Amino acid sequence: MIAVEQLYKRFGKNEVLKGIDLKVDQPGVYAILGPNGSGKTTLIKAILGMVIPNKGEITVNGNNVSKSPVYRQDIGYLPQIANFPANLTVKEIIRMIQDLRNSTPDTGQLIEWFGLQPFLDKKLNTLSGGTRQKVNLVLTLMFDSPLIILDEPTSGLDPVALLKLKRLIRHEREAGKTILITSHIMSFVEEMADEIIFLLEGRIHFRGSVHALKEKTHTHDFEKAIAKTLTLNDSYV
Amino acid sequence: MILLQRYIAFIFLLLGIPVTAGTLIVSPDGPVYSVKAALEQAAAGDTILVRAGVYKEYNLLIDKPVTLMGEGLPVIDGEDQGEIIRVVADNVHIEGLLIRNVGTSYTSDHAAIRMVRCENFLIKNMVFEKLFFGIFLEKSNKGIISGNKITGDATDEYSSGNGIHLWYSHEVKVLDNSVEGVRDGIYLEFSDHILIKDNTSKGNLRYGLHFMFSNNDTYINNVFKDNGAGVAVMFSKHIKMFDNHFLKNWGTASFGLLLKEINDSEIKGNVFEQNTVGINIEGSNRVHYDSNDFISNGWAVKVLGACYTNIFTRNNFLSNSFDVSYNNSMNDNTFHGNYWSEYTGYDLNKDGVGDVPYRPVKLFSYVVNRTPETLVLLRSLFVDMIDFSEKVSPVFTPDALVDATPLIKRRK
Amino acid sequence: MFKILKYSFYDLMRSRWSYVYLLFYLALGFVLLFLNNDLSKGVITLMNVIVILVPLIGTIFGVMYYYNSREFTTLLLALPLKRFTIFIGQYLGVGLSLSFSLLIGLGIPFASYGLFQSDAVGQFSLLLITGVFLTLIFTAISFSIALYNDNKIKGFSYAILLWLIMAVIYDGVFLMTLVVFEEYPLDNFSILATLLNPIDLSRILILLKLDISALLGYTGAIFQGFFGTGAGMVVSLSCLALWVILPCMNMYRKARVKDF
Repeated sequence: MIAVEQLYKRFGKNEVLKGIDLKVDQPGVYAILGPNGSGKTTLIKAILGMVIPNKGEITVNGNNVSKSPVYRQDIGYLPQIANFPANLTVKEIIRMIQDLRNSTPDTGQLIEWFGLQPFLDKKLNTLSGGTRQKVNLVLTLMFDSPLIILDEPTSGLDPVALLKLKRLIRHEREAGKTILITSHIMSFVEEMADEIIFLLEGRIHFRGSVHALKEKTHTHDFEKAIAKTLTLNDSYV
Repeated sequence: MILLQRYIAFIFLLLGIPVTAGTLIVSPDGPVYSVKAALEQAAAGDTILVRAGVYKEYNLLIDKPVTLMGEGLPVIDGEDQGEIIRVVADNVHIEGLLIRNVGTSYTSDHAAIRMVRCENFLIKNMVFEKLFFGIFLEKSNKGIISGNKITGDATDEYSSGNGIHLWYSHEVKVLDNSVEGVRDGIYLEFSDHILIKDNTSKGNLRYGLHFMFSNNDTYINNVFKDNGAGVAVMFSKHIKMFDNHFLKNWGTASFGLLLKEINDSEIKGNVFEQNTVGINIEGSNRVHYDSNDFISNGWAVKVLGACYTNIFTRNNFLSNSFDVSYNNSMNDNTFHGNYWSEYTGYDLNKDGVGDVPYRPVKLFSYVVNRTPETLVLLRSLFVDMIDFSEKVSPVFTPDALVDATPLIKRRK
Repeated sequence: MFKILKYSFYDLMRSRWSYVYLLFYLALGFVLLFLNNDLSKGVITLMNVIVILVPLIGTIFGVMYYYNSREFTTLLLALPLKRFTIFIGQYLGVGLSLSFSLLIGLGIPFASYGLFQSDAVGQFSLLLITGVFLTLIFTAISFSIALYNDNKIKGFSYAILLWLIMAVIYDGVFLMTLVVFEEYPLDNFSILATLLNPIDLSRILILLKLDISALLGYTGAIFQGFFGTGAGMVVSLSCLALWVILPCMNMYRKARVKDF
């Protein structure tokens, strides 16, 4: 699926990624965690081809990321802040993204799932943040892509929608997809993630299941475990 | 010969054909077959009536007071041989002929009609085509040139002549003529007390009207249009120019009216429209510019060299690129009570006169006078900005150069 | 590219600002013609507006659109699309919708005052052609500038500064150069300096069409001899086209290596 080799990225003097090696070849939910500035978003953006690495190579399904944009056909991406052309309606933006990807999957189920029917003919700039996030999720998930990248998917969602999202993610996992998630909501991560990729100062600090992390830090509380990893700098896996 | 002619006339008289006494008839069918013959036969005071037809003649000499009258516009074709009619007598009246193909020469000024030392002549309703010079007056006074139509086909200045040419001729009236396609439409030199009225002079190679060293002349209600350079009035005084139209004299060296060394004259009620320069003034003093319209010219008034005590009043300046331009900062001319379309002042007391003086000279026009190449920046924002700042706080333009009483509304 | 263009265009065509812009030109056209029924004079006044305002509006719209659609651009970047396609599509969307407003906004008033029966139709077409070129040029430049500056304020300032340089400062330097070096033959310099600035070039092209060349005397004759000929027209339009192409190429270069 995804193979990252010796990835380095510098923004000016600020070295963000310092040699990341990462292989994701099994389906499942992978949570990319780390403190602010640890390089989570940069890593995701590098996989998506938005950030051009200084060094290293990324392949997705065997396609080199820097060569051609075609590999993104296999990716569904949910950006952290989604802002759409203000004057389009929900229906139009869905049709537009479908048109741009040259594929017209049925979205009825997803729209119903998030209860977006009443908003279909509304302009996007009139919607609330949560509703917009739902639209955003529909746009990401409707293509049935084998690789799904969700950057802070929970932001702005009400509890009901959050529940629905969780169910949807599980459903996708069962369908054999690879899902990368970044989130600050630890309970969400604990509940959803099969595997945790913990970034610290531009390197992979820990990789393993939630259980393994707890064991390693000798805590039962996930959040405490995370906090502890931050202090145990010598413990590479 | 003359005896024979009289004889024939007498026979005609006997036959009852109506021939007035003293009238000779020229026609392709006789009795006289050529104008030349008729002129030789005619006695003083006779009328020569030329019937319609084409007469291939030139070097015709009128040396006695006769009337040469065309009927049905007969054609005298000079076949480019040279001068066609020369008049050397007083009281000659020529009317209603079409004269064409005057010979072009580089050594002598061949004319369709040349008047030499004549008085009291009348040249009327003539048509001239393919000419070198049209009507050439040489020291001839007190005559009338009226209702003639002169159409040349001049292509270059050195091989073309003037339409109506006056040289040392006084008290002549030039009325209702139309001149086009020659070098200078109407040309005056050393000719005083001339009245030029209701003429149209257009599409001439050089000037519509050109005059030099001629004083006390008046020209009224003429139209000068599309001429190579416009109208040039030079080295003269006491000239009255009223109600003329100067239109579309548009070219790199063109102007509506050029005044050079003109003193004590009046320019009133004229319209200057779409000329590169409306009036180009050089070394002219005590000229009164009153109630003229300057519309859409490049420069409405361009003042070069020393010009003193000129007065501009009640003129309309509308949409000219430059209203007034000076090449020196000395000013001894007065502007008052003109209408300026670019004036942006206000009139609080509603007396029709703006409360803020208008400065007709833009800073940019100074720059252009100094470096003509800078004109490529005409109508650019930068130039508008420097003009504006100069308008707000004048630094370069002379203080005295203002219209202190600009009109709020255009003078009708 | 055309899909992106299409959507950007649709989006902008529905935006309030496009209408404001359109209404501005409609009002300008009608007011000008109402005050002064003469089409050719209207063209002269419009020239002043077009040569200054169109670049400014192109600049502002370009920068504004780029920064406002940044997040959406991120979304597009995650789609299987080439980067350059996205930017050129958005750029053309902005440029064409502005051009559209210009064409309609000025076209309607002039057409309704009998443009097609008048001899001002040639001048007016040239006016619109240069107007469209100036829109495309300044939108491209501002897009290019925005692409280099993630900081909105900085990008905006640079774009406006560039407009100021092209519209005002350039001419100031040009004027000073002409005055300082007045003893030297400056005709070729003038032609070159004019060709290098799209605003000056547009102004001169329109002025020459309006037959103001006669005012320019000797220099005007040289300008007419250069710009007035078919070859000169081709050179001028190529120059304008180059001003569109160069920023676009720059956009291509920058888009390839930029991180988002």
